[in-house]
Amino acid sequence: MAEFEPVLLRRVGKVDSAALSTYRADGGYRALTKALNEMSPAQVVELVKDSGLRGRGGAGFPCGVKWTFLPKDHPGPIYLCVNADESEPCTFNNRILMEDDPHQVLEGILLACYATRASTAYLYLRYEYGRAYRVLQSAIDELYAANLLGKNILGKDFHLDVYLHRGAAAYICGEETGLIESLEGKRGWPRIKPPFPAVEGAFRKPTVVNNIETLACVTHIIDRGSAWFKSIGVPPDPKNPRDAGSYGPKLYCISGHVNKPCCVELPLGVTVRELVEKYGGGVWKGRKAKGCIPGGISMGIMTESEFDTPLDFNGPGRVGCLGLGTAAVTIFDDQTSIVDVLYNICRFFAHESCGQCTPCREGTGWMFKIMERFRRGQGRIEDLQILEEVGKSIGIMPGTTICGLADGAGWPVKNAVAKFRLELEEFIKKGVQSESALPLAMAN
Amino acid sequence: MPALNPEIRRKIESYLPRYPSKQAVTLPALHIVHDEMRCVSNAAIEEIAEMLDLAPAEVQDTMSFYEFFHTEEAPMGKTRLWVCRSLACALRGGDELLSHLCRKLNVQPGDTTADGKITLEFAECLGACEGAPAVMIDDEHEHNVTPEAAEKIVERLRTPLAG
Ligand SMILES: Cc1cc2nc3c(=O)[nH]c(=O)nc-3n(C[C@H](O)[C@H](O)[C@H](O)COP(=O)(O)O)c2cc1C
Ligand code: SF4
Ligand code: FES
Repeated sequence: MAEFEPVLLRRVGKVDSAALSTYRADGGYRALTKALNEMSPAQVVELVKDSGLRGRGGAGFPCGVKWTFLPKDHPGPIYLCVNADESEPCTFNNRILMEDDPHQVLEGILLACYATRASTAYLYLRYEYGRAYRVLQSAIDELYAANLLGKNILGKDFHLDVYLHRGAAAYICGEETGLIESLEGKRGWPRIKPPFPAVEGAFRKPTVVNNIETLACVTHIIDRGSAWFKSIGVPPDPKNPRDAGSYGPKLYCISGHVNKPCCVELPLGVTVRELVEKYGGGVWKGRKAKGCIPGGISMGIMTESEFDTPLDFNGPGRVGCLGLGTAAVTIFDDQTSIVDVLYNICRFFAHESCGQCTPCREGTGWMFKIMERFRRGQGRIEDLQILEEVGKSIGIMPGTTICGLADGAGWPVKNAVAKFRLELEEFIKKGVQSESALPLAMAN
Repeated sequence: MPALNPEIRRKIESYLPRYPSKQAVTLPALHIVHDEMRCVSNAAIEEIAEMLDLAPAEVQDTMSFYEFFHTEEAPMGKTRLWVCRSLACALRGGDELLSHLCRKLNVQPGDTTADGKITLEFAECLGACEGAPAVMIDDEHEHNVTPEAAEKIVERLRTPLAG
């Protein structure tokens, strides 16, 4: 296969890549000009629908289809909430897009708002991305000065304001309705759905929520067409009529025990093994991998023997993982204890559960306490069954919680018990304390 | 004397036209106050509430949801130093880095050093995993923070010239 020529990352690392002038010199805002001059909003929606673009924020919902869920002929206002909360552990691709090529993202926002007739876009940015905040704000200022934001953009009957809204370090505000509640100035508690945001979202108005990388893809789909987008990635499985395919380029984050942690852009469908060997510089210290988390910690755990799984929207599911997630792969080597990995993951979810649903609040707490006991050498074999039961019973899929955080909390636990049972049993039997240093402070 | 000076009030007011509800300015207001005053005091909460036509309890409710904001009982130091403890960093020494800094600064996570210079906190994934272990100084990332690099950061934050 010929080397893939990056699209989303093509300008990253260039001099002044964040400036409007260089972006324009590289053909930027060509797609916007084309859309405003030659296409109706409905045609933009149709093109994005036809491209098969699926959301990059984790759920993989077809983007164009989501846009058609907005009520027809709504008097407005309609809102776009840009999800830049990017808090799934081990994920940092949105940050790179915003810091290094903000106009590519902003062009996608403009196009999405034109298509959906949204008049205001709120970009909900995790607080931790201070640099992205400043880069985006100056890019937005440039756009207002160039009449590419504000009233009558490019002389057309198209008006748009874009506002940055900073979060305050809460993972749950990345869940789309938690985000909306947080934007409205309330606690970031996800809402019961329906109503879905497309019908009743921010400020009780129809709202589209899209991820940063999804919107960056929109820019290129309008520029190069849907056939181009569909020439990249994996077509739908003909045997599965419900498969929407895995088209387009994807940003893969590689971290953990590899020689060269990085973010690379590749056609959807690359395998974990290729990512590690070809792009991550191999496993560090000449060791072997024991496993990985394939798409953020919420997607579960893969063993080394599953590394030939393609990372498209279907691949991870075939080896019992939850899905593609954020396509952030974190490798752990064969000297890492699965107990430590699981402990870390359970600690995260126990800390980040918003506490609204009892099964999630208590379940994540239990799982973490059990892992703490394991590390103290006080694990019991029957704890494995408790872990499995809790893991299975919390989430939207078993129908016990409001949002998907709980599914993501349960998945790695279920996977670990199923795939690493022997190691866990041995650890429990030995009754030893985990070798890695217990942090001095166990503040939770 | 009011808790919020005219400059802070003006900044908060400048956010009002952005949103169809005043309540949506809660988070921006909390950030503005917290940045300037290193905490959000009860008096500040009352004044924010008044500006946004809310009950103080509503502002308090939102604020307490985010562990981010310090109260007047335990205001933030001059700089907040966050140490990531999530998976990609933990695999490359994140937990040890946090312990090291706790010892070095003689504080527990969440506490501020005796000289008031540094508030040390743990963080979940900072989104800088390619540079694990990562820390954040206020809102800027630092990558590949070895214990030695951490000591340099601490030194820098403690020198009076650091602004
Ligand atoms: C607990 C939880 C956290 C989430 N965090 C994020 C996030 O940080 N960024 C994001 O884009 N989507 C996140 N999502 C997914 C969003 O709910 C939503 O599906 C997405 O923003 C839609 O955008 P897309 O269709 O463009 O992917 C999260 C979902 C859950 C359940
Ligand atoms: S599932 Fe968990 S995080 Fe989601 S709403 Fe319920 S308690 Fe909150
Ligand atoms: S896990 Fe530490 S920055 Fe992501």
